[in-house]
Amino acid sequence: MRKFGDFLILIVALIAVWQGLHMIAGDTTLTSPADTLARLVALMRTQQFWANAAETGQAFALALAISLVGGVGIGTLLGLNRTSGNVSEPILISLYSLPKVTLYPLVLLCFGLGMSAKVAFGAMHGLIPVALFTMKAIMHLKPVYLRTARAMRLSSGQVAATIALPAVLPEVMAGARLGFSLSLLGVLIGEMFASKRGLGFMINNAMGLGDIATIMAVAVFLSVFAIAANALLLVIDRAIPR
Amino acid sequence: MTREGWIRLAIVAAVIALLEALCRTGLIHRTVLLPPSEMVVSLWHILQVGELDSDILTTLRNVLLSALVASFLGFALGAVIHAVPRLRHAIEPLLASYYAIPTFMFYPIFIVVFGVGAQAIIAIAVLLSIVAMITATLTGLDRIPPVLRKTAKVFRMSPAKRAVMVDLPAAAPYLFTGVKLTFAYSLIGVIASEFILSGAGIGYAIAYAYNNFNNQRMYGLMLLVIIVAVAANTALDAVDRRLQARLRR
Repeated sequence: MRKFGDFLILIVALIAVWQGLHMIAGDTTLTSPADTLARLVALMRTQQFWANAAETGQAFALALAISLVGGVGIGTLLGLNRTSGNVSEPILISLYSLPKVTLYPLVLLCFGLGMSAKVAFGAMHGLIPVALFTMKAIMHLKPVYLRTARAMRLSSGQVAATIALPAVLPEVMAGARLGFSLSLLGVLIGEMFASKRGLGFMINNAMGLGDIATIMAVAVFLSVFAIAANALLLVIDRAIPR
Repeated sequence: MTREGWIRLAIVAAVIALLEALCRTGLIHRTVLLPPSEMVVSLWHILQVGELDSDILTTLRNVLLSALVASFLGFALGAVIHAVPRLRHAIEPLLASYYAIPTFMFYPIFIVVFGVGAQAIIAIAVLLSIVAMITATLTGLDRIPPVLRKTAKVFRMSPAKRAVMVDLPAAAPYLFTGVKLTFAYSLIGVIASEFILSGAGIGYAIAYAYNNFNNQRMYGLMLLVIIVAVAANTALDAVDRRLQARLRR
Protein backbone atom coordinates (compact mmCIF):
# COMPACT_ATOMS: atom_id res chain seq x y z
CA MET A 1 0.00 0.00 0.00
CA ARG A 2 2.93 2.28 0.74
CA LYS A 3 4.16 1.68 -2.79
CA PHE A 4 0.84 2.89 -4.13
CA GLY A 5 1.06 5.94 -1.85
CA ASP A 6 4.48 6.80 -3.24
CA PHE A 7 3.11 6.47 -6.75
CA LEU A 8 0.30 8.88 -5.90
CA ILE A 9 2.83 11.35 -4.47
CA LEU A 10 4.76 11.11 -7.74
CA ILE A 11 1.63 11.84 -9.79
CA VAL A 12 0.83 14.82 -7.58
CA ALA A 13 4.44 16.01 -7.97
CA LEU A 14 4.17 15.72 -11.77
CA ILE A 15 0.98 17.77 -11.78
CA ALA A 16 2.69 20.34 -9.54
CA VAL A 17 5.60 20.57 -12.01
CA TRP A 18 3.09 21.03 -14.82
CA GLN A 19 1.37 23.81 -12.86
CA GLY A 20 4.77 25.41 -12.20
CA LEU A 21 5.71 25.30 -15.89
CA HIS A 22 2.34 26.81 -16.71
CA MET A 23 3.03 29.71 -14.34
CA ILE A 24 6.43 30.32 -15.93
CA ALA A 25 5.34 29.87 -19.53
CA GLY A 26 1.94 31.54 -19.39
CA ASP A 27 -1.50 30.60 -20.63
CA THR A 28 -0.81 30.89 -24.36
CA THR A 29 2.05 28.39 -24.21
CA LEU A 30 0.95 25.77 -21.75
CA THR A 31 -2.52 25.50 -20.28
CA SER A 32 -2.81 24.72 -16.59
CA PRO A 33 -3.87 21.24 -15.41
CA ALA A 34 -7.27 22.56 -14.33
CA ASP A 35 -7.96 24.28 -17.66
CA THR A 36 -6.86 21.18 -19.54
CA LEU A 37 -9.23 19.03 -17.53
CA ALA A 38 -12.05 21.52 -18.13
CA ARG A 39 -11.35 21.43 -21.87
CA LEU A 40 -11.24 17.66 -21.85
CA VAL A 41 -14.63 17.49 -20.10
CA ALA A 42 -16.03 19.99 -22.60
CA LEU A 43 -14.63 17.98 -25.50
CA MET A 44 -16.05 14.77 -24.13
CA ARG A 45 -19.52 16.28 -24.25
CA THR A 46 -19.26 16.87 -27.98
CA GLN A 47 -20.23 14.21 -30.48
CA GLN A 48 -17.33 15.12 -32.75
CA PHE A 49 -14.76 14.07 -30.16
CA TRP A 50 -16.27 10.63 -29.81
CA ALA A 51 -16.56 10.26 -33.58
CA ASN A 52 -12.83 10.99 -33.86
CA ALA A 53 -12.02 8.72 -30.94
CA ALA A 54 -14.06 5.93 -32.50
CA GLU A 55 -12.23 6.36 -35.79
CA THR A 56 -8.85 6.13 -34.07
CA GLY A 57 -10.02 3.28 -31.85
CA GLN A 58 -11.21 1.26 -34.81
CA ALA A 59 -7.96 1.73 -36.73
CA PHE A 60 -5.98 0.92 -33.60
CA ALA A 61 -7.98 -2.23 -32.78
CA LEU A 62 -7.47 -3.58 -36.30
CA ALA A 63 -3.76 -2.70 -36.30
CA LEU A 64 -3.28 -4.32 -32.91
CA ALA A 65 -5.11 -7.50 -33.97
CA ILE A 66 -2.92 -7.79 -37.08
CA SER A 67 0.21 -7.12 -35.02
CA LEU A 68 -0.57 -9.73 -32.39
CA VAL A 69 -1.81 -12.53 -34.66
CA GLY A 70 0.76 -11.87 -37.36
CA GLY A 71 3.60 -11.27 -34.92
CA VAL A 72 3.04 -14.42 -32.88
CA GLY A 73 2.60 -16.43 -36.10
CA ILE A 74 5.73 -15.09 -37.77
CA GLY A 75 7.74 -15.32 -34.56
CA THR A 76 6.73 -18.95 -34.00
CA LEU A 77 7.51 -19.95 -37.57
CA LEU A 78 10.93 -18.29 -37.57
CA GLY A 79 11.82 -19.34 -34.03
CA LEU A 80 11.16 -23.06 -34.44
CA ASN A 81 14.22 -23.46 -36.62
CA ARG A 82 17.55 -22.25 -35.24
CA THR A 83 18.95 -21.21 -38.62
CA SER A 84 15.89 -19.26 -39.71
CA GLY A 85 15.87 -17.55 -36.32
CA ASN A 86 19.51 -16.53 -36.47
CA VAL A 87 19.16 -15.39 -40.06
CA SER A 88 16.09 -13.24 -39.50
CA GLU A 89 16.93 -11.71 -36.12
CA PRO A 90 19.25 -8.92 -37.38
CA ILE A 91 16.84 -8.21 -40.23
CA LEU A 92 13.96 -7.82 -37.78
CA ILE A 93 16.04 -5.65 -35.44
CA SER A 94 17.02 -3.39 -38.34
CA LEU A 95 13.38 -3.09 -39.39
CA TYR A 96 12.46 -2.32 -35.78
CA SER A 97 14.95 0.54 -35.45
CA LEU A 98 14.07 2.01 -38.83
CA PRO A 99 12.22 5.35 -38.65
CA LYS A 100 9.09 3.95 -40.23
CA VAL A 101 7.61 7.40 -40.71
CA THR A 102 9.77 7.77 -43.77
CA LEU A 103 7.90 4.85 -45.28
CA TYR A 104 4.47 6.38 -44.65
CA PRO A 105 4.25 7.96 -48.12
CA LEU A 106 4.80 4.47 -49.54
CA VAL A 107 1.95 3.14 -47.40
CA LEU A 108 -0.25 6.01 -48.56
CA LEU A 109 0.58 5.30 -52.20
CA CYS A 110 -0.22 1.60 -51.71
CA PHE A 111 -3.42 1.91 -49.67
CA GLY A 112 -4.65 5.38 -50.51
CA LEU A 113 -5.80 7.93 -47.95
CA GLY A 114 -8.10 6.49 -45.34
CA MET A 115 -8.61 3.75 -42.83
CA SER A 116 -6.57 1.00 -44.49
CA ALA A 117 -3.42 3.14 -44.67
CA LYS A 118 -3.68 3.95 -40.97
CA VAL A 119 -4.21 0.31 -40.06
CA ALA A 120 -1.29 -0.78 -42.22
CA PHE A 121 0.95 1.86 -40.70
CA GLY A 122 -0.04 0.93 -37.14
CA ALA A 123 0.51 -2.76 -37.87
CA MET A 124 3.93 -1.96 -39.37
CA HIS A 125 4.94 -0.51 -36.02
CA GLY A 126 3.45 -3.22 -33.84
CA LEU A 127 4.10 -6.41 -35.81
CA ILE A 128 7.89 -6.46 -35.59
CA PRO A 129 8.38 -6.23 -31.80
CA VAL A 130 5.77 -8.95 -31.22
CA ALA A 131 7.45 -11.20 -33.79
CA LEU A 132 10.89 -10.47 -32.36
CA PHE A 133 9.91 -11.24 -28.76
CA THR A 134 8.03 -14.41 -29.70
CA MET A 135 10.86 -15.64 -31.87
CA LYS A 136 13.53 -15.06 -29.23
CA ALA A 137 11.41 -16.74 -26.57
CA ILE A 138 10.85 -19.82 -28.70
CA MET A 139 14.52 -20.00 -29.63
CA HIS A 140 15.53 -19.84 -25.98
CA LEU A 141 13.04 -22.45 -24.86
CA LYS A 142 14.78 -24.80 -22.44
CA PRO A 143 15.77 -27.93 -24.40
CA VAL A 144 14.71 -30.08 -21.46
CA TYR A 145 11.07 -29.07 -22.04
CA LEU A 146 11.15 -30.41 -25.56
CA ARG A 147 12.97 -33.55 -24.47
CA THR A 148 10.32 -34.14 -21.83
CA ALA A 149 7.67 -33.69 -24.47
CA ARG A 150 9.39 -36.28 -26.62
CA ALA A 151 9.65 -38.67 -23.70
CA MET A 152 5.91 -38.30 -23.17
CA ARG A 153 5.33 -38.80 -26.90
CA LEU A 154 3.27 -35.66 -27.35
CA SER A 155 2.11 -34.76 -30.82
CA SER A 156 3.43 -31.48 -32.26
CA GLY A 157 0.03 -29.88 -31.68
CA GLN A 158 0.13 -30.90 -28.04
CA VAL A 159 3.70 -29.62 -27.75
CA ALA A 160 2.63 -26.22 -29.06
CA ALA A 161 -0.48 -25.99 -26.88
CA THR A 162 0.75 -27.48 -23.61
CA ILE A 163 4.47 -26.71 -23.59
CA ALA A 164 5.75 -24.11 -26.06
CA LEU A 165 2.94 -21.58 -25.71
CA PRO A 166 2.74 -21.52 -21.89
CA ALA A 167 6.54 -21.38 -21.70
CA VAL A 168 6.85 -18.33 -23.95
CA LEU A 169 3.74 -16.54 -22.69
CA PRO A 170 5.61 -14.04 -20.45
CA GLU A 171 7.82 -12.91 -23.34
CA VAL A 172 4.88 -12.77 -25.70
CA MET A 173 3.09 -10.57 -23.17
CA ALA A 174 6.11 -8.24 -23.02
CA GLY A 175 6.09 -8.10 -26.82
CA ALA A 176 2.35 -7.47 -26.81
CA ARG A 177 2.78 -4.51 -24.45
CA LEU A 178 5.35 -2.98 -26.77
CA GLY A 179 3.23 -3.83 -29.80
CA PHE A 180 0.24 -2.18 -28.15
CA SER A 181 2.03 1.14 -27.61
CA LEU A 182 3.76 1.16 -30.96
CA SER A 183 0.68 0.41 -33.02
CA LEU A 184 -1.15 3.20 -31.17
CA LEU A 185 1.75 5.53 -31.96
CA GLY A 186 1.73 4.38 -35.59
CA VAL A 187 -1.97 5.04 -36.02
CA LEU A 188 -1.69 8.48 -34.39
CA ILE A 189 1.32 9.56 -36.45
CA GLY A 190 -0.50 8.35 -39.54
CA GLU A 191 -3.47 10.51 -38.61
CA MET A 192 -1.31 13.51 -37.85
CA PHE A 193 0.36 13.40 -41.22
CA ALA A 194 -2.50 12.61 -43.56
CA SER A 195 -6.06 12.14 -42.41
CA LYS A 196 -9.31 14.00 -42.07
CA ARG A 197 -10.60 12.10 -39.04
CA GLY A 198 -9.32 10.72 -35.78
CA LEU A 199 -7.62 12.02 -32.66
CA GLY A 200 -4.29 12.52 -34.45
CA PHE A 201 -6.06 14.75 -36.96
CA MET A 202 -7.70 16.65 -34.10
CA ILE A 203 -4.29 17.36 -32.60
CA ASN A 204 -2.81 18.37 -35.93
CA ASN A 205 -5.78 20.64 -36.58
CA ALA A 206 -5.47 22.23 -33.13
CA MET A 207 -1.76 22.71 -33.78
CA GLY A 208 -2.60 24.70 -36.90
CA LEU A 209 -5.05 26.83 -34.91
CA GLY A 210 -2.65 27.29 -31.99
CA ASP A 211 -5.28 25.74 -29.71
CA ILE A 212 -3.01 24.46 -26.93
CA ALA A 213 -5.85 23.51 -24.58
CA THR A 214 -7.24 21.00 -27.08
CA ILE A 215 -3.81 19.54 -27.82
CA MET A 216 -3.11 19.07 -24.12
CA ALA A 217 -6.59 17.67 -23.47
CA VAL A 218 -6.32 15.06 -26.24
CA ALA A 219 -2.71 14.22 -25.30
CA VAL A 220 -3.71 13.69 -21.67
CA PHE A 221 -6.72 11.60 -22.71
CA LEU A 222 -4.48 9.37 -24.85
CA SER A 223 -1.79 9.11 -22.17
CA VAL A 224 -4.29 8.09 -19.49
CA PHE A 225 -5.84 5.54 -21.84
CA ALA A 226 -2.43 4.13 -22.78
CA ILE A 227 -1.14 3.95 -19.21
CA ALA A 228 -4.36 2.36 -17.97
CA ALA A 229 -4.31 -0.27 -20.73
CA ASN A 230 -0.65 -0.91 -20.05
CA ALA A 231 -1.25 -1.29 -16.32
CA LEU A 232 -3.99 -3.81 -17.10
CA LEU A 233 -1.61 -5.78 -19.33
CA LEU A 234 1.01 -5.68 -16.55
CA VAL A 235 -1.52 -7.08 -14.07
CA ILE A 236 -2.38 -9.89 -16.48
CA ASP A 237 1.34 -10.44 -17.02
CA ARG A 238 1.98 -10.78 -13.28
CA ALA A 239 -0.95 -13.19 -12.93
CA ILE A 240 0.61 -15.66 -15.37
CA PRO A 241 2.04 -18.54 -13.33
CA ARG A 242 5.67 -19.24 -14.11
CA MET B 1 31.18 -14.37 -42.99
CA THR B 2 29.12 -17.13 -41.38
CA ARG B 3 26.74 -19.33 -43.30
CA GLU B 4 23.83 -17.51 -41.70
CA GLY B 5 25.29 -14.21 -42.85
CA TRP B 6 25.34 -15.44 -46.42
CA ILE B 7 21.74 -16.66 -46.22
CA ARG B 8 20.72 -13.27 -44.84
CA LEU B 9 22.49 -11.49 -47.66
CA ALA B 10 20.83 -13.78 -50.18
CA ILE B 11 17.38 -13.08 -48.73
CA VAL B 12 17.88 -9.31 -48.81
CA ALA B 13 19.23 -9.52 -52.37
CA ALA B 14 16.28 -11.69 -53.40
CA VAL B 15 13.76 -9.23 -51.97
CA ILE B 16 15.44 -6.32 -53.79
CA ALA B 17 15.57 -8.31 -57.03
CA LEU B 18 11.88 -9.22 -56.65
CA LEU B 19 10.92 -5.56 -56.13
CA GLU B 20 13.02 -4.59 -59.13
CA ALA B 21 11.32 -7.24 -61.29
CA LEU B 22 7.81 -6.32 -60.12
CA CYS B 23 8.43 -2.65 -60.85
CA ARG B 24 10.12 -3.22 -64.20
CA THR B 25 7.33 -5.48 -65.46
CA GLY B 26 4.75 -2.90 -64.41
CA LEU B 27 2.98 -5.10 -61.85
CA ILE B 28 3.67 -2.33 -59.35
CA HIS B 29 2.92 0.97 -60.97
CA ARG B 30 5.59 3.67 -61.13
CA THR B 31 3.37 6.09 -59.22
CA VAL B 32 3.44 3.68 -56.26
CA LEU B 33 7.00 2.42 -56.11
CA LEU B 34 10.15 3.06 -58.09
CA PRO B 35 12.50 0.19 -58.94
CA PRO B 36 15.32 0.00 -56.33
CA SER B 37 17.95 0.68 -59.00
CA GLU B 38 16.31 4.02 -59.79
CA MET B 39 16.25 4.86 -56.07
CA VAL B 40 20.01 4.37 -55.98
CA VAL B 41 20.44 6.58 -59.05
CA SER B 42 18.21 9.22 -57.48
CA LEU B 43 20.10 9.11 -54.18
CA TRP B 44 23.40 9.41 -56.03
CA HIS B 45 22.02 12.40 -57.91
CA ILE B 46 20.81 14.04 -54.67
CA LEU B 47 24.19 13.58 -53.03
CA GLN B 48 26.07 14.86 -56.08
CA VAL B 49 24.00 17.96 -56.70
CA GLY B 50 24.19 18.69 -52.99
CA GLU B 51 21.13 20.93 -52.71
CA LEU B 52 19.84 18.82 -49.81
CA ASP B 53 23.17 18.65 -48.02
CA SER B 54 22.09 21.16 -45.39
CA ASP B 55 18.91 19.14 -44.69
CA ILE B 56 20.88 15.94 -44.32
CA LEU B 57 23.44 17.56 -42.05
CA THR B 58 20.72 19.20 -39.94
CA THR B 59 19.06 15.84 -39.34
CA LEU B 60 22.30 14.04 -38.50
CA ARG B 61 23.36 16.82 -36.15
CA ASN B 62 19.99 16.76 -34.36
CA VAL B 63 20.09 12.98 -34.01
CA LEU B 64 23.60 13.04 -32.54
CA LEU B 65 22.79 15.91 -30.21
CA SER B 66 19.65 14.32 -28.88
CA ALA B 67 21.32 10.92 -28.47
CA LEU B 68 24.12 12.61 -26.54
CA VAL B 69 21.78 14.60 -24.30
CA ALA B 70 19.52 11.60 -23.69
CA SER B 71 22.46 9.31 -22.90
CA PHE B 72 24.07 11.61 -20.33
CA LEU B 73 20.85 12.90 -18.81
CA GLY B 74 19.36 9.40 -18.78
CA PHE B 75 22.46 8.02 -17.07
CA ALA B 76 22.43 10.79 -14.46
CA LEU B 77 18.71 10.35 -13.76
CA GLY B 78 19.10 6.57 -13.67
CA ALA B 79 21.92 6.84 -11.13
CA VAL B 80 19.84 9.16 -8.93
CA ILE B 81 16.76 6.93 -9.14
CA HIS B 82 18.91 3.92 -8.32
CA ALA B 83 20.31 5.64 -5.26
CA VAL B 84 16.88 6.45 -3.79
CA PRO B 85 14.90 3.20 -3.45
CA ARG B 86 11.68 4.91 -2.47
CA LEU B 87 11.73 7.14 -5.54
CA ARG B 88 12.48 4.08 -7.57
CA HIS B 89 9.48 2.14 -6.28
CA ALA B 90 7.25 5.08 -7.09
CA ILE B 91 8.68 5.74 -10.53
CA GLU B 92 9.01 2.17 -11.77
CA PRO B 93 5.37 1.64 -12.82
CA LEU B 94 5.65 4.90 -14.74
CA LEU B 95 8.85 3.76 -16.48
CA ALA B 96 7.27 0.43 -17.35
CA SER B 97 4.37 2.10 -19.13
CA TYR B 98 6.25 5.11 -20.45
CA TYR B 99 6.44 3.83 -23.99
CA ALA B 100 2.70 3.46 -24.00
CA ILE B 101 2.41 7.25 -23.96
CA PRO B 102 2.30 8.60 -27.49
CA THR B 103 5.10 11.12 -26.88
CA PHE B 104 4.58 12.75 -30.25
CA MET B 105 1.33 14.19 -29.04
CA PHE B 106 3.42 16.62 -27.02
CA TYR B 107 5.40 17.80 -30.05
CA PRO B 108 2.97 20.67 -30.72
CA ILE B 109 3.55 21.93 -27.16
CA PHE B 110 7.29 21.98 -27.74
CA ILE B 111 6.74 23.83 -30.99
CA VAL B 112 4.83 26.50 -29.12
CA VAL B 113 7.51 26.68 -26.41
CA PHE B 114 10.61 26.55 -28.61
CA GLY B 115 9.22 27.56 -31.99
CA VAL B 116 9.58 25.53 -35.19
CA GLY B 117 13.23 24.58 -35.19
CA ALA B 118 15.95 22.33 -33.94
CA GLN B 119 15.21 22.80 -30.22
CA ALA B 120 11.66 21.46 -30.35
CA ILE B 121 12.81 18.50 -32.43
CA ILE B 122 15.70 17.66 -30.12
CA ALA B 123 13.41 18.01 -27.09
CA ILE B 124 10.90 15.50 -28.46
CA ALA B 125 13.67 13.09 -29.51
CA VAL B 126 15.23 13.28 -26.04
CA LEU B 127 11.81 12.69 -24.47
CA LEU B 128 11.39 9.62 -26.65
CA SER B 129 14.82 8.14 -26.02
CA ILE B 130 15.74 9.09 -22.46
CA VAL B 131 13.71 6.40 -20.73
CA ALA B 132 15.58 3.65 -22.59
CA MET B 133 18.78 5.00 -21.07
CA ILE B 134 17.27 5.34 -17.58
CA THR B 135 16.06 1.74 -17.69
CA ALA B 136 19.41 0.51 -19.00
CA THR B 137 21.25 2.37 -16.21
CA LEU B 138 18.98 0.86 -13.57
CA THR B 139 19.52 -2.65 -14.98
CA GLY B 140 23.26 -2.10 -15.25
CA LEU B 141 23.62 -0.90 -11.67
CA ASP B 142 21.39 -3.73 -10.43
CA ARG B 143 23.47 -6.38 -12.14
CA ILE B 144 26.82 -5.44 -10.62
CA PRO B 145 27.94 -8.66 -8.90
CA PRO B 146 27.96 -8.20 -5.10
CA VAL B 147 31.45 -9.70 -4.97
CA LEU B 148 32.83 -6.67 -6.83
CA ARG B 149 31.34 -4.34 -4.23
CA LYS B 150 32.79 -6.48 -1.46
CA THR B 151 36.20 -6.43 -3.11
CA ALA B 152 36.02 -2.65 -3.32
CA LYS B 153 35.24 -2.58 0.39
CA VAL B 154 38.21 -4.83 1.11
CA PHE B 155 40.43 -2.38 -0.77
CA ARG B 156 38.87 0.48 1.24
CA MET B 157 37.96 2.43 -1.89
CA SER B 158 36.22 5.75 -1.49
CA PRO B 159 32.69 5.86 -3.01
CA ALA B 160 33.92 8.04 -5.86
CA LYS B 161 36.81 5.75 -6.63
CA ARG B 162 34.53 2.72 -6.44
CA ALA B 163 32.07 4.34 -8.84
CA VAL B 164 34.77 5.02 -11.44
CA MET B 165 36.88 1.89 -11.05
CA VAL B 166 34.30 -0.78 -10.22
CA ASP B 167 30.69 0.23 -10.84
CA LEU B 168 31.12 1.96 -14.18
CA PRO B 169 33.16 -0.76 -15.92
CA ALA B 170 30.90 -3.47 -14.49
CA ALA B 171 27.75 -1.76 -15.74
CA ALA B 172 29.29 -0.66 -19.05
CA PRO B 173 27.77 -3.37 -21.27
CA TYR B 174 24.25 -2.53 -20.07
CA LEU B 175 24.93 1.18 -20.40
CA PHE B 176 26.06 0.66 -23.98
CA THR B 177 22.83 -1.16 -24.79
CA GLY B 178 21.09 1.96 -23.49
CA VAL B 179 23.19 4.22 -25.70
CA LYS B 180 22.38 2.04 -28.70
CA LEU B 181 18.64 2.29 -28.04
CA THR B 182 18.98 6.03 -27.42
CA PHE B 183 20.48 6.45 -30.86
CA ALA B 184 17.78 4.38 -32.57
CA TYR B 185 14.97 6.23 -30.79
CA SER B 186 16.58 9.62 -31.44
CA LEU B 187 16.71 8.86 -35.14
CA ILE B 188 13.04 7.89 -35.10
CA GLY B 189 12.10 10.94 -33.02
CA VAL B 190 13.99 13.46 -35.12
CA ILE B 191 12.81 12.19 -38.48
CA ALA B 192 9.20 11.75 -37.37
CA SER B 193 9.10 15.30 -35.95
CA GLU B 194 10.59 16.74 -39.11
CA PHE B 195 8.04 14.79 -41.06
CA ILE B 196 5.03 16.16 -39.20
CA LEU B 197 6.02 19.78 -38.83
CA SER B 198 9.34 21.37 -39.54
CA GLY B 199 11.16 23.57 -42.01
CA ALA B 200 14.34 21.59 -42.47
CA GLY B 201 15.80 18.09 -42.35
CA ILE B 202 15.48 14.82 -44.19
CA GLY B 203 12.02 14.09 -42.79
CA TYR B 204 10.80 17.48 -44.00
CA ALA B 205 12.39 16.94 -47.42
CA ILE B 206 10.60 13.59 -47.77
CA ALA B 207 7.23 15.06 -46.76
CA TYR B 208 7.82 17.98 -49.13
CA ALA B 209 8.67 15.66 -52.00
CA TYR B 210 5.59 13.55 -51.23
CA ASN B 211 3.32 16.58 -51.29
CA ASN B 212 4.80 17.64 -54.63
CA PHE B 213 4.52 14.18 -56.23
CA ASN B 214 8.30 14.15 -56.57
CA ASN B 215 8.64 10.38 -56.23
CA GLN B 216 12.18 10.35 -57.54
CA ARG B 217 13.49 12.50 -54.75
CA MET B 218 11.21 10.94 -52.11
CA TYR B 219 12.45 7.41 -52.75
CA GLY B 220 16.06 8.53 -52.99
CA LEU B 221 15.81 10.10 -49.54
CA MET B 222 13.95 7.11 -48.12
CA LEU B 223 16.81 4.92 -49.28
CA LEU B 224 19.25 7.28 -47.57
CA VAL B 225 17.36 7.02 -44.26
CA ILE B 226 17.22 3.23 -44.52
CA ILE B 227 20.95 3.01 -45.28
CA VAL B 228 21.90 5.34 -42.40
CA ALA B 229 19.61 3.56 -39.92
CA VAL B 230 20.73 0.06 -40.86
CA ALA B 231 24.43 0.98 -40.99
CA ALA B 232 24.39 2.78 -37.62
CA ASN B 233 22.35 0.01 -36.05
CA THR B 234 24.60 -2.75 -37.36
CA ALA B 235 27.74 -0.97 -36.15
CA LEU B 236 26.35 -0.29 -32.67
CA ASP B 237 24.98 -3.83 -32.49
CA ALA B 238 28.40 -5.30 -33.28
CA VAL B 239 29.99 -3.36 -30.39
CA ASP B 240 27.06 -4.31 -28.17
CA ARG B 241 27.52 -8.01 -28.91
CA ARG B 242 31.21 -7.86 -28.04
CA LEU B 243 30.48 -6.15 -24.74
CA GLN B 244 27.72 -8.66 -23.95
CA ALA B 245 30.12 -11.49 -24.70
CA ARG B 246 32.50 -9.98 -22.16
CA LEU B 247 29.76 -10.30 -19.55
CA ARG B 248 29.45 -14.02 -20.09
CA ARG B 249 33.14 -14.65 -19.60
